[in-house]
Amino acid sequence: MVDIWLSDDHELGIASLEVPVAVDFKDIETSLEAYRKLLLIRTFEETLEALFAKGKIPGFVHTYIGQEAIAVGVCTNLRTDDYVTSTHRGHGHAIAKGIDLNGLMAEVFGKVTGICKGRGGSMHVADFSKGILGANGIVAAGTVIAAGAGLSIQTREEDQVVICFFGDGGINKGTVHEAMNFCSVKKLPVVFVCENNQYAQFTSRKLTTSVSDLSVRGVAYGMSTESVDGNNLVEVVEVSRRAIDNAREGLGPTLVVADTYRFGGHYVGDPQAYRSEDEVNESRRRDPLLLFENYLELHGLADSDRFELEKETISKLVNKAVMFAEQSDYPEAHTATDYVFTDLIEGRQ
Amino acid sequence: MRSISFGQATVEATAAAMREDDTVVITGEDIGWGGNFGQFKGLLEEFGPKRVLDMPISEALILGSAVGAAVTGLRPIASLSFVEFTMGAMDEIVNQAAKFRYMFGGQVSVPMVVRASDGVLRSSGPQHSESFEAFFSHMPGLKVVAPSNPADAKGLLRSAIDDDDPVVYLENKKITFRRGPVPEEDYRTALGQASIARTGSDVSLITYSVMTQHALEAAQVLLEEHSVDAEVVDLRSLVPLDIDSVLRSVAKTRRAVVCHEAWTFGGFGAEIASQINEHLFGELAAPVLRVGAQSAPIAFSPPLERALVPEASEVVQAVLRTVKP
Repeated sequence: MVDIWLSDDHELGIASLEVPVAVDFKDIETSLEAYRKLLLIRTFEETLEALFAKGKIPGFVHTYIGQEAIAVGVCTNLRTDDYVTSTHRGHGHAIAKGIDLNGLMAEVFGKVTGICKGRGGSMHVADFSKGILGANGIVAAGTVIAAGAGLSIQTREEDQVVICFFGDGGINKGTVHEAMNFCSVKKLPVVFVCENNQYAQFTSRKLTTSVSDLSVRGVAYGMSTESVDGNNLVEVVEVSRRAIDNAREGLGPTLVVADTYRFGGHYVGDPQAYRSEDEVNESRRRDPLLLFENYLELHGLADSDRFELEKETISKLVNKAVMFAEQSDYPEAHTATDYVFTDLIEGRQ
Repeated sequence: MRSISFGQATVEATAAAMREDDTVVITGEDIGWGGNFGQFKGLLEEFGPKRVLDMPISEALILGSAVGAAVTGLRPIASLSFVEFTMGAMDEIVNQAAKFRYMFGGQVSVPMVVRASDGVLRSSGPQHSESFEAFFSHMPGLKVVAPSNPADAKGLLRSAIDDDDPVVYLENKKITFRRGPVPEEDYRTALGQASIARTGSDVSLITYSVMTQHALEAAQVLLEEHSVDAEVVDLRSLVPLDIDSVLRSVAKTRRAVVCHEAWTFGGFGAEIASQINEHLFGELAAPVLRVGAQSAPIAFSPPLERALVPEASEVVQAVLRTVKP
């Protein structure tokens, strides 16, 4: 096979099934919960693709399909009061961290029942009650915001952690340098998770990035680094747990580079002139959902009947969210300037 | 009343806020040693390095981390030495701080203060002499404060730190060393309330920051040499804007000159002039004039710097054009 994005030992994920697994991933409920989260993200995103094609969703949509194991694997280790910063491709992070599904769907529709009351849309979903400090339309903007959340935790002497999700496109931004240096010098409880999905918008990482092993960027800042097969959920859980535990114990930040592949285009409808169909098809052989199904079967935790059952349940959940969004109202025009400030500004107009 | 400098007045406001509320922290460039204008003097000694943080010269980090801290329980004051340095963090100010509350549907507020020194001071050159309040005022979601004297500097900074929205607090270099009467007790000056720095009947000078001082000097000259009685309206905060005080004054004098050190073209003065026209067009005795810098980077060489940036004499000239057609 032509593996364009992983080193040899990650091929098809078979070898990596043999790595020592987290103890509780032998547990049926924990494993199935993670499986449901993977499915929920996949189904949510595929549903959005279909709705977008029907013209039901304004704006544009960036889907997380193919990368689900990273968000689910990392967030499995988090508490509700831990923070995540996210990207323009943020639905998966939000779902993995526990955002309300109806509120998320309604936000993507631009409805008043949306989690951000229709002000943000797909690229700006957030749920501060769940520690989700927002998806962000500016690449790598979350890195410096995560540093601030880490500083806040340290100042308040709490034991929360911050996960900063960003991408291989983001890793070339100056904010990454500024944030990593600061988090490292202050030993802030921040875990940088770089999702290496091979493309910065429409441009290959290989054309734009000075090193092929992105984890060496962390070495430059005196940080711990980890590399992981981002399509292998169990590996992501293991590796990110180490980084999260270290952060919680005050040992400072880690850069985790999770290799993966963006199955969809940059946005839904992207003609993808910059890559071949073969490349995409080849990558789909390492679908994180299939790899985890293999794992569950191999360890006798679930079988294909169980998978079908879970898929049905998740589909119903997502369909209910679509109905909720479709039946919700749009925000009223006279509320367009609500939420600009915390108080009324007289003489502003 | 005792007299202290603008910089010292801001130290008092910061220290009072930090004593009252443990979540107030100050971060930025060169805080610990006291700052270029003594505006942080003594804070490190009193509050320690956990709350008074010397940051790397990483402007995006300084302002981005302030946003992250502000939405997770702190009230950061983030300081950049010169306002030009905010240009390295415009994403954090414009796309993050200003928009968080709105784009997340009111889930959070962003209680942070951005402090920066602006304006001309003795040949600081093109990248250390400018005034950017027009950028900040243009952005929905930011409040903008530009005090003109030590007493206001103290009260307005105290209110800015209290405020639940991001506030850009601009401290003009030329007046940061200047002294003035400042009450010793802790007090707040509300944002969005202009002050009448001088009452007059013939013309309204609408201004803020250092130009308030120049306008007051101009008013003295106008009275003594031209028998023109000028009223000086010091806006103090640009957002929120106290347009009512402006309109009241101009309705009385029927003439207005809007003065600032920033460039005239596309400047904040255009907003004021336009609002005066919208509300009082039929009552004006003369067109509203603007006094500001010429459209060029602020030059290094002293005569060029002086040629570009207005002081009291330019204000006098403009007023004479409105009163003697």
